[in-house]
Amino acid sequence: MSPALLGLVTIAIGVSGCLGYFYLSNLFLDKVLFPPVGPNAGRNINRANMIRPWLFLGPAILALGLYLGYPVIETLRLSLTDRTQDEAFVGLANYSQMFAEPKFWEAMRNNMLWLIVVPAASTAFGLLAAQLTDRIKWGNIAKSLIFMPMAISFVGASVIFKLVYDARPAGNEQIGILNAVWLQFEGGIGSFLILKLMPAVLLLSFAAIVTYVAYLLLRPLLESAGTVLIKALRVFGAAIGLWFAYTALSNAVTVFVTELEYGAPQTWLTLPFYNNFFLMVVLIWIQTGFAMVILSAALRGIPEETIEAAILDGANPFQIFFKIKVPQIMPTIVVVWTTITLVVLKVFDIVFAMTNGQWETQVLANYMYDKLFRANDWGVGSASAIIIMLLVSPILIWNVVQARKELR
Amino acid sequence: MDNIAGRKSALSWAVNISVVLLVALWLFPTVGLLVSSFRTADQISASGWWKSLFSAEQVVQLRTGGAEAAMQEGDLWVVEGNLLEEAEDGPAPGITITRFGVSSKAVDAFAVGDTATFSKDEKTFTMDAAGTYRFTSTEKLRKRGQRVFITATLPPDFTLENYDQVLFSGNSNDSMAKAFFNTLTVTIPATIIPILIAAFAAYALAWMEFPGRVLLIATVVGLLVVPLQLALIPLLKLHLNIGIGKGYLGVWLAHTGFGLPLAIYLLRNYMAGLPKDIIENAKVDGATDFQIFTKIILPLSFPALASFAILQFLWTWNDLLVAKVFLIDATGNTTVMTNQIVELLGTRGGNWEILATAAFVSIVAPLCVFFAMQRYLVRGLLAGSVK
Repeated sequence: MSPALLGLVTIAIGVSGCLGYFYLSNLFLDKVLFPPVGPNAGRNINRANMIRPWLFLGPAILALGLYLGYPVIETLRLSLTDRTQDEAFVGLANYSQMFAEPKFWEAMRNNMLWLIVVPAASTAFGLLAAQLTDRIKWGNIAKSLIFMPMAISFVGASVIFKLVYDARPAGNEQIGILNAVWLQFEGGIGSFLILKLMPAVLLLSFAAIVTYVAYLLLRPLLESAGTVLIKALRVFGAAIGLWFAYTALSNAVTVFVTELEYGAPQTWLTLPFYNNFFLMVVLIWIQTGFAMVILSAALRGIPEETIEAAILDGANPFQIFFKIKVPQIMPTIVVVWTTITLVVLKVFDIVFAMTNGQWETQVLANYMYDKLFRANDWGVGSASAIIIMLLVSPILIWNVVQARKELR
Repeated sequence: MDNIAGRKSALSWAVNISVVLLVALWLFPTVGLLVSSFRTADQISASGWWKSLFSAEQVVQLRTGGAEAAMQEGDLWVVEGNLLEEAEDGPAPGITITRFGVSSKAVDAFAVGDTATFSKDEKTFTMDAAGTYRFTSTEKLRKRGQRVFITATLPPDFTLENYDQVLFSGNSNDSMAKAFFNTLTVTIPATIIPILIAAFAAYALAWMEFPGRVLLIATVVGLLVVPLQLALIPLLKLHLNIGIGKGYLGVWLAHTGFGLPLAIYLLRNYMAGLPKDIIENAKVDGATDFQIFTKIILPLSFPALASFAILQFLWTWNDLLVAKVFLIDATGNTTVMTNQIVELLGTRGGNWEILATAAFVSIVAPLCVFFAMQRYLVRGLLAGSVK
């Protein structure tokens, strides 16, 4: 049977099967098991109403349990066993083997980079786009065009950006736009301004921002408020912030002193360290639209009185944006940030299609795929999947807590 | 907002220009791929796609007639004709040639009207601006004609050849036709079935009272973020053990399972917001839960159903990982488009005309859905992430 026909038959069977199941099981409950007639009518109605939710929920619970619940436990079990030894329990051997691999740490380091850069950049661009497009007449068209990459697959986007990054040997016509632009720089004053001064300034301002955040985190400690846990978290957050500031500063210096190879076409995807950023651009390009749409809805939800009051008090547009609007949509920004974080943790297709983890671009999801399906090492593969799960779990717990709060 | 006090924002111009720049930056990569898919391999490697949109000076390689076109004049072999008219897929006649060359090392060595001589042999070549040439040689000519490079200003030139090759050639390496139908076969059941299952569950979670309801909703919210990477090995093992193996059934089930948390979450939130009166009135009138669900709740929930359907369609259509693990077996008969493109990246990494076209074929369907139903997509995203 041809697959298309098979698909149609499956749709028919699946849909009618589902409907049939729900219809018949309800019919059975009402007509046969607990009919609401006779001497026990009242009790039967109550009984039927106790069972009915589970009829409605049955298939969903089964599917969720089998396809999401069971795998979590099974993966945990697999990560503690060795497939070659007939699935014998080996304790944490897989984990220690994995921790000894440089490729794993490379993947971890890259994933951390992705986790910082992609959500931050997407949210920032999204916020910028949302704010700008809300103020103009053709804003909706502009929005739809920036939003469009959301519909493009990661693989399609990878092809799109491979063309952007394409490199030909020196002397040939460059067909990748990035190299064509790169070759316009010859090391004159323009090159200095754009390629040295601008990145350095950007890095310095980033360093300034994180230092300020670290300061904000540390300041309440002087007034000795909060529990020990909160204090510890504040110190921890501040330490991370200062580390970023330090990294940004040292990179700013590096950018300034590095000799750039003007006039030579670059194979961008093989430049160690920097190629990570070229891959991240793809995801930022896709996720910005998402951030923009959500944040734009949030911006529209801001009560107008607050903005009118600010204008009457003489606030300029920048003050209105940063001091009135942004604080009010902070919860939404957090949600956007975490949603993109989840996407980043699972990013696989982009790395798989563009570099397949070569040239120091490995990430956890691709590392796991390598282990599972190339090396056939289910133990280490499962262990790395558990690492991804661990990274996700703070968000998971936070979401569940929020949901329960809302339902109460 | 800014002009409530009666003044027009001074930033208006700056805002418009920034948005134009932003949109251009975001569109540029995609347009590049689209334009490239309408160019031949030679055109793509000869110049950047951004130059193809305008008339531009280009170098084109053409050939003179070969041995069979040659006539003997005394002790010379002579070929005469018009390069542009003889060429099968060259530029159209009527353009003005400015320079030409006979070696790939110096493609623009001579101005039209000059006579090119060859270093080794006793050959000469001359041509005019319209492409009429005279090629002479003291020796008998080879079967293939002489290579000639012409420099001329050419108008933009696009072709549908690549689409023909990718969609209809039947060449198993390049063909996207089969992969297209396979993707469709994966996508449609994988979109419809979870909606049905989730709708019933969402109704129960929204409108029925039973113990453990809050716990179940919290569980669904938790499962929303479980990375599907965790599910790959256990489920593949399960499928192999119970005999489903790798195939459509497996991938449909997997997509159903992975899509359910979001579906239940979206639909429950929407259904919980429906007016209580309608449902209570129906109950008073003697409707059963099943009737309430099919006759009242489902039609009213259409926007939420559409939102989820689009999200799930985009996700299943664009998916690579799930298809690779649960569907594509060693024979490769069930390959989907994303996988086909990744394979093309490996085998035809330099053939941008094939790659660009294949990628575009896979992008078209989701883009159409996107533009047609953007409203519902936005609504789905808003409902799915804002808490």
